Amino acid sequence: MATVRIKFTFAEQLIKEPIIWKLAKEFDVITNIRRADVTDERGWVILELEGEQDEIERSLDWVRKQSVRVDPVYEDVVEG
Amino acid sequence: MSVARKLRCRECGREYQLEPSNVCEFCFGPLEVVYDYAALAGLVTRERIEAGPPTMWRYADLLPVDAENAVDIGTGYTPLLRAPNLGRELGLSRLYIKNDCVNPTWSFKDRVVSVASSVARDFEFDTLACASTGNLANSVAAHAARAGMQARVFIPADLEQGKIIGSAVYGPTLVAVDGSYDDVNRLCSELGDKYPWAFVNINVRPYYAEGSKTLGHEVCEQLGWRAPDHCVAPMASGSLFTKIYKGIKELAWLGLIDWHPTRMSGAQALGCSPIAEAYERDSWNIRPQKPKTIAKSLAIGNPADGYYALKTMRSTNGSATAVTDEEVIEGIQLLAQTEGIFAETAGGVVVSGLRRLVREGRVEPDEVVVAFITGAGLKTQEAVAPALQPALTVEANIESFERALEEREGVLPLTKAV
Repeated sequence: MATVRIKFTFAEQLIKEPIIWKLAKEFDVITNIRRADVTDERGWVILELEGEQDEIERSLDWVRKQSVRVDPVYEDVVEG
Repeated sequence: MSVARKLRCRECGREYQLEPSNVCEFCFGPLEVVYDYAALAGLVTRERIEAGPPTMWRYADLLPVDAENAVDIGTGYTPLLRAPNLGRELGLSRLYIKNDCVNPTWSFKDRVVSVASSVARDFEFDTLACASTGNLANSVAAHAARAGMQARVFIPADLEQGKIIGSAVYGPTLVAVDGSYDDVNRLCSELGDKYPWAFVNINVRPYYAEGSKTLGHEVCEQLGWRAPDHCVAPMASGSLFTKIYKGIKELAWLGLIDWHPTRMSGAQALGCSPIAEAYERDSWNIRPQKPKTIAKSLAIGNPADGYYALKTMRSTNGSATAVTDEEVIEGIQLLAQTEGIFAETAGGVVVSGLRRLVREGRVEPDEVVVAFITGAGLKTQEAVAPALQPALTVEANIESFERALEEREGVLPLTKAV
């Protein structure tokens, strides 16, 4: 089992879509929301995903295909 | 004596013991060192600081490690120079340059790594690690050598030779990663989870970041114990920018300077300007970018402290700007040719950024302005080399010299009166 910390950013047209619910239904991945900020215009959610590594990666590919931006929570590690 | 007491999440406020950790376990927000400032009241005075060493460790009371445990290679207390020539060029009557090029490994990174390596040794790590495109790698390798620690330094495989030597000379395990910037990033995140190493910008990041505060402390002391009206600093992750301001505020909290509404403005290279872009959009939402700029020391596309940098600039009535790569080179030349300081590309970003801010009326002509120059130009010679005039090549006789000079300058200089 693996866990990843991830940030989803939703554009305005996706705000009403239950993306995270669909993700949990479609894939064998546990979703655990830790922090979020959603307005009428955009939203972001920071969450932890737990599951087999391959399944997590498949689920994230699917999320990207829904036009949700996916970024790691650690942000950039490489510095100048 | 350090009065660092705990770590606190900047988002949810949850507190943790002082330990090697950078993310809140509950909300994944970033952690920050919390100090017991009340314990310093009456203890920290101007005289006590002035009697300290001529390094950043004169401010040890405000850092998260005791001075006697510091890994110190002579970092900090760098010159604050009045810059009348550059000021005239830019239209500023009271411009100062904080010249952090002169640190032991020629960049401000020595400040953060000095603190990170000291804390790492306190936590009994035997390995200091980082992922870097230059300045940080140099500094981590040097401090590990001084501290008697192992260094593991990860760099992109296509890094310039000069930067590789600037790390390799200190004897680290230098790892050139074959892959994209994102691959290096991911690998180092995974290594940070797997190995018991002090990754200076991962698990000891809250302590590391505190080192930058000393830039704010020093500038106030060097101005005669007063805060500047306006600071202009480069922004990569945004951490340096926020910590300069924290350093200034700390001195005011402790009564060492009068409270003063210092404005904080930041500069980025247009090819990697997520913070300036969010500022211009009037948004709090940073959109990550794929970096494409010669200012590699600032090329952080997904800045960890971007939101906090926006908060600092907006709360202080400052602003942000971004400059093209051509302006970066112009800025390097302008600083060198007016004040005799050869900065790396980040310095070019600051000088050209400041020029833009003045032109747009976002910096007032009579403000006491401090421009932070954070790294030396010898590290990024290839960026500026094509823009420089080649040397005159002459034969070893006066005729040849005069011919070449006349060709270049149009006229010959006056000769001595006979």
